[in-house]
Amino acid sequence: MKGPLDRDGMANRVAQDIPEGAYVNLGIGLPTKVSNFLPVDREIVLHTENGMLGMGPVAGADEIDLDLINAGKIPVTELPGASYFHQADSFGMMRGGHLDICVLGAFQVSISGDLANWHTGGADAIPAVGGAMDLAIGAKQVLVIMELFTRDGQCKLVTECTYPLTGIGCVNTVYTDYAVFGLQSDGVYVREVFGDTSVTGLAEMTGLPLQQLPG
Amino acid sequence: MISKIVISAADAVRDIADGATVMVGGFGTAGQPIELIEALLEQGASDLTIINNNAGNGTTGLAALLAAGRVRKIICSFPRQVDSQVFDGLYRAGQLELELVAQGTLAERIRAGGAGIAAFFTPTAFGTALAEGKETRHINGRDYVLEDALVADYALIKAHQGDRLGNLVYRKTARNFAPMMASAATTTIAQVSQLVELGSLDPEAVVTPGIFTKRLVEVGGALPAVTEGQ
Repeated sequence: MKGPLDRDGMANRVAQDIPEGAYVNLGIGLPTKVSNFLPVDREIVLHTENGMLGMGPVAGADEIDLDLINAGKIPVTELPGASYFHQADSFGMMRGGHLDICVLGAFQVSISGDLANWHTGGADAIPAVGGAMDLAIGAKQVLVIMELFTRDGQCKLVTECTYPLTGIGCVNTVYTDYAVFGLQSDGVYVREVFGDTSVTGLAEMTGLPLQQLPG
Repeated sequence: MISKIVISAADAVRDIADGATVMVGGFGTAGQPIELIEALLEQGASDLTIINNNAGNGTTGLAALLAAGRVRKIICSFPRQVDSQVFDGLYRAGQLELELVAQGTLAERIRAGGAGIAAFFTPTAFGTALAEGKETRHINGRDYVLEDALVADYALIKAHQGDRLGNLVYRKTARNFAPMMASAATTTIAQVSQLVELGSLDPEAVVTPGIFTKRLVEVGGALPAVTEGQ
């Protein structure tokens, strides 16, 4: 028996799909882990929406500079060739379609590519959106990384989102612990399964009409 | 001779009146003009509308201004943080009005305000709760939401260096909202870590031209733990 991927495994799987030369934004949380697995032989430029391209790893204790932080407000470092810019330019890079890839976490993704990742909609929840909605519509490709099921077993890839939406029809690919799903206009394609999962088994677990990518 | 230099943060914020709209730079604490905010707290203006990316961290700076009951409304993108307890409490008690704006839309609304653009269509937030009640339009195959420009009576920003004409350069990701805010307020007040002689800033590297700056004050001069070049 081979089980599903763990969180490092999921992050590693996303990292392998990021090509040489890509300009990439990694969202807060699980997406940030992707940076730990980017292939060292590829030159990939990381964007952080608070105003930087060429972001390096998290700062070590002796490198901390409180003027140099990432979108999660964690001190980071700069790589050779880095640049700084204000927030209007930073979000213009996204909205203007210049960023190649954005990797985001999600509460739910619908099979038509709708994303819900900013608000649980709970009555007592304080709403905070940050850059989530700009990121969702602002990259050439939007990749979601998330566990396929919630802790209480609800599938997070759904026919229609029940959480408040972040963006409509914006997600291209969903990387989960069980499989990689490509969301296309003609349906959901299973690109790859992990462990002992089968496409038929996934279709039963998720209750979704899944298609296997030919070849 | 033009000199926009004022002697203290208190002097810089002296005329901010009750009911003013004030843009405050910073993303979290990076670029937050803490000394100007403290001076505003001390000065006593109330019923303020604050425009900032966040809604205060911990109990100092913007959070202290909120805690003192000086703020009627906050326009921001990300109020909820691990240490935003002051905002959280006031918001839950219904004592603070919140206008939540997507971060890129917030930046662009401020840029538009500074550039004399009344409103613009953006794809961000189309079909979401943040677009409810707003005009939308389908342009060249894509859906857009109409967003209004933001302007303010004052902007409080932090820069790294400035000269007496108000030319400013920033440091790393502490730049964030400051350049747009500088352009969008009637009176822009910059606190700088270092005042420099006229002519010593490289004109090619000036980020905020002095025309946008009305007052600047040198505070502290202390740089963060690691200085450039190290």
